[in-house]
Amino acid sequence: MNKISVIIKREYITRVRKKSFIIMTILAPLLMAAIITVPTLIMMSQGGEFKKIAVIEDSSDLFKGVIKNTKDAEFVYLENTKVEDFKKTFEKEGYYGILYISPELVNTPNAVQLISKQQPAIGLLQHIENSLKKEIEKQKLLAYKIENLDEIMKNVETNVSVQTIKIDSSGVVKKTSTGIAMALAYLFGFLMYMLVFIFGAQVMRGVIEEKTSRVVEVIISSVKPIQLMMGKIIGIALVGLTQFFIWIFLTVGIVTVLKTTLLPKSNVAEISQSMPQNLMSGNQQDAATTTQTTEMSPQLAEFSRLFDSAMNQPWGLIIVCFIFYFITGYLLYASVFAAIGSAVDNETETQQFMLPVTIPIILALMVAMGTMQNPESSLSFWCSMIPLTSPIVMMARIPFGVPYWQIGVSMVLMVVTFGAFVWMAAKVYRTGILMYGKKTSWKEMWKWLRYSG
Amino acid sequence: MALFEAKNVTKQYGDKLALDNVSMSVPEQCIYGLLGPNGAGKTTLIRIINQITGPDSGELFLNGKKLIPSDVQVIGYLPEERGLYKKMKVGEQALYFAQLKGLSKAEAMKRLKYWFKKLDIIDWWGKKVEELSKGMQQKVQFVTTILHEPKLLIFDEPFTGFDPLNTKIVKNEILFLRERGATIIFSTHNMESVEELCDNITLIDKAKTILEGSVNEIRSKWAANEYDLVFDGNVKIEGNGHYNVLNQQTDNKKSIIRLKTTSDITTNDILQNLMKSGKIISFNPALPSMNEIFIRVIEARN
Repeated sequence: MNKISVIIKREYITRVRKKSFIIMTILAPLLMAAIITVPTLIMMSQGGEFKKIAVIEDSSDLFKGVIKNTKDAEFVYLENTKVEDFKKTFEKEGYYGILYISPELVNTPNAVQLISKQQPAIGLLQHIENSLKKEIEKQKLLAYKIENLDEIMKNVETNVSVQTIKIDSSGVVKKTSTGIAMALAYLFGFLMYMLVFIFGAQVMRGVIEEKTSRVVEVIISSVKPIQLMMGKIIGIALVGLTQFFIWIFLTVGIVTVLKTTLLPKSNVAEISQSMPQNLMSGNQQDAATTTQTTEMSPQLAEFSRLFDSAMNQPWGLIIVCFIFYFITGYLLYASVFAAIGSAVDNETETQQFMLPVTIPIILALMVAMGTMQNPESSLSFWCSMIPLTSPIVMMARIPFGVPYWQIGVSMVLMVVTFGAFVWMAAKVYRTGILMYGKKTSWKEMWKWLRYSG
Repeated sequence: MALFEAKNVTKQYGDKLALDNVSMSVPEQCIYGLLGPNGAGKTTLIRIINQITGPDSGELFLNGKKLIPSDVQVIGYLPEERGLYKKMKVGEQALYFAQLKGLSKAEAMKRLKYWFKKLDIIDWWGKKVEELSKGMQQKVQFVTTILHEPKLLIFDEPFTGFDPLNTKIVKNEILFLRERGATIIFSTHNMESVEELCDNITLIDKAKTILEGSVNEIRSKWAANEYDLVFDGNVKIEGNGHYNVLNQQTDNKKSIIRLKTTSDITTNDILQNLMKSGKIISFNPALPSMNEIFIRVIEARN
């Protein structure tokens, strides 16, 4: 056992000291942080430019004052102005563009033009379209001469956002969000895939390195082949976990720093203030709080709803399952990768063996993606039971709620299979690492499995 | 007493027989040559001794006791297919191998310093292996093999890659290790070094032992009834009923002739007969080289 720890230490230290490891460990969180932060920055910078838009109508004043100013744009209604003339001068007069509305708009949807030198933002267009649409609808309704129309209209105006409620077997009601469950399913499924694949492949490369540099015979005259194999697999797993945790800490750290320095202080305060309010209003939707809820901006409501839902995830279960499936899934695949590495003379020869190993992983990832659309499908169920795909698929299913017996069965199957795989891999490995110059086939590997001693 | 013994070892890979009932007994403090053509089964036998693979049948004994897994601590093995981690530093790597053999870090450090100084490679301690020449790497490997002071040392082609000077240094170290009590199994195709170093040998061909014993005995046995004869000047000898001429060469001053007696004629009678042919400079019982014996034995089997 003491020798295994010597091997684990070497595998760990030589990898952690590599320049590529250090660079990747520092660079990846920066990239991640960039992915998270840059869209926010872009959104903020877009909002920054203020636009003045002239509204010109042809021979009527149906839409005067219809389009409300927003925080990004001001709409100025110009009377007695000819579009043809104004087109030439609007820029000099400080306008971003001209919104030209012809009277046929009521009946012809595209009888309105926004003339500008730049491509206008989608948000601006949507605002204009919505405003005009509402006004036209109102005009049409007015034609029916209904009494108290204004009041009716105010009463009718609503916003809808579906709240999903999940009831578990004990009857406890939890507010959930399918969005959050999907995001988590995606995150965990993909993370599992990356970890298993990247570090499994590292095991394979390590074995090939030992074989081609012929170090292996010296080592296995001191330790048993299975000790060398397991030492390598465990050492690399520790490298993976180290990198994983550093990534998480650095990413969280960088994002926090960027958010606090770049986001305006007031925004942050606003969000945090509104949170408790909304948590309350979410639980007791009575008449008294309705006004509050409607007053809150839709983004904030959505944010606190997501936050609520994220907190309601079974985090204990998720973390336990993630660690379990990572360890067993990684051991299973890494031992197969080690066996493959032992059977070949160089990395190019691994292709023929890689394909059958890659297929279940890719399949698992695809099923995991499908799981997000339909978590209850029988395909998802079976793939979360079959040990080759279960680490990825089960992690994708858990945020949507999985009965405990299913997790139990899946875990038992996983342990049994991983034991069998390690045992078989060790047998192939033991023979493979001492075989040179012979092209190995699956048949050959099957023969090695049955060698004694 | 035999330090190491193999009894009736058989090993089969698929349908290929690698070792067929091979036995071998290595006396203590002896340098034992394990010879044979390529693919004879030598490496398989060595791997079995190192417990890298197990035999299908047969038994192995170390110091009179059955070989057990923990015995790898008292065996040092320098494989023919050897290598080091290219990206690792020399010192770290030597330390790693020593620890795998069960030495503590401090003890390994102490011994490594001693040997690195002795073999004049201490300057390479902090260098990466890929910066070293092949011969330099061999030296490092030699040190890692002997560092844990094993009772049984197994060298598979230890001299390949060395220049003549380093070959001599390593040869002396091997002899020194034997002096200090180590027993050495030595596998090579270099028959000169066998004559020079080995006390006993086993010759394996096609999975079977075909020749076994002390080098001197084997050589004189193969030389039985053969004599080397040197004449002054150019002399030609014809065979007769008592002896055959196996070989004769002439250079400008001497004639070298090998005879094989075919009846129980005494050497005195031969000499009397030959003295008529010319001036005899020397007359010796022939001692064939191991190289000759190797070739003749293997060729005779084919």
